[in-house]
Amino acid sequence: MNKLSMTVNGKPVTGEVEGRKLLVEFLREDLGLTGTHVGCDTSQCGACVVHVNGKAVKSCTMFALEAENADVATIEGQAAEDGTLNTIQQAFQDHHGLQCGYCTPGMVMSAAALLRDNPRPDADEIREYLAGNLCRCTGYHNIIRAILAASGQEVAPLAAE
Amino acid sequence: MYDFEFDRPRTIAEAVDALRQEDAQALGGGQTLIPTMKQRLAMPSRLVSVREIAEMRFVRPADGMICIGGATAHATVAAEVAAVFPALAALAGQIGDPAVRNRGTIGGSLANNDPSACYPAAVLASDAIIATDRREIAADDYFQGMFTTALDEGELITEIRFPVPERANYQKFEQPASRFALVGVFVAQRAGGVRVAVTGASDDGVYRWVEAEEALTQRFHGDAIKGITVPEDGMISDLHGSAAYRAHLVAVLTAQAVAAAG
Repeated sequence: MNKLSMTVNGKPVTGEVEGRKLLVEFLREDLGLTGTHVGCDTSQCGACVVHVNGKAVKSCTMFALEAENADVATIEGQAAEDGTLNTIQQAFQDHHGLQCGYCTPGMVMSAAALLRDNPRPDADEIREYLAGNLCRCTGYHNIIRAILAASGQEVAPLAAE
Repeated sequence: MYDFEFDRPRTIAEAVDALRQEDAQALGGGQTLIPTMKQRLAMPSRLVSVREIAEMRFVRPADGMICIGGATAHATVAAEVAAVFPALAALAGQIGDPAVRNRGTIGGSLANNDPSACYPAAVLASDAIIATDRREIAADDYFQGMFTTALDEGELITEIRFPVPERANYQKFEQPASRFALVGVFVAQRAGGVRVAVTGASDDGVYRWVEAEEALTQRFHGDAIKGITVPEDGMISDLHGSAAYRAHLVAVLTAQAVAAAG
């Protein structure tokens, strides 16, 4: 076993883990932060996207020990303490950007990473950035609209024509 | 996945020491190695994580060259070489998806030498040098077949040095599920001539299409390779594309790369 410490959503955490423990397993099993989902476990789906030192990564394809001393942000840290959704989360709700919700934590974390690098992306840039986030419900249109809206841009009333 | 010991050296010297241990395996960004270990297709008893070694993370222009540390992430290459070597930046920016590009490293990709990976095409076409902890290896000597390289046991890629071509372009026909290249062609023109490197197509991994190089060195135009047939012998054939389809794509993508290189 290896000792491990990192910061998760601004709070210092420690643990003792096997080398093979994935970051997503550490978050879910050791810290109880089950908002980060495992859709595929093969790097395809992006439901497990979190930020490590400000960069979006697939937490199913990173060992917990690789995040030693890192600053990790998960979906649990996105809303305010009182539960008020952040701009991106609220836009997903307003624009029906989720149905079953399984992919949503990864979608929101990828969207947050995108908007930090590119505060006003167009629809094509959003689609390109979400290449590694799969959604099997929405058909993506409303996710794109939600992210456009979250970045303060006009959104057409119809999802698709 | 089987468990393993985990080393996190801070310097190249420490990493090389750690890699001397029995059954030790270097871990870059892990975007291939971790999925491979999950499937138990690899089961090293010790991983030596090199991704956070500061002296292996850099992008440095130097005298007509671009030098990139072995542990530099694809996203960093995409952002930082854009002005000097746009074809390489574009290639790096098309690997996998954004999250994969934030973790995966150039050294890891080259050490693995996946037959459908993008970076080997850029390295081979640019006539780059692979620098390791113990020597410098020319691209022509480095790639030795599918998943096979000139690296010795425990040898670590510390830096890749690209001579910046006068004109270059990479065309990737993406396999949409894996986002690897079904076929990818990197064309680079330098004072000494044109080099054409093909990934994704051959059973032997990345290779140079010499007939096209000769024709394009005479005349740098897509028409120059018209009439040169690409034999389908030795091409990869799988459910994503037959050998004949891949052979066809090689010529099409080469012509497109030449046109796009201007």
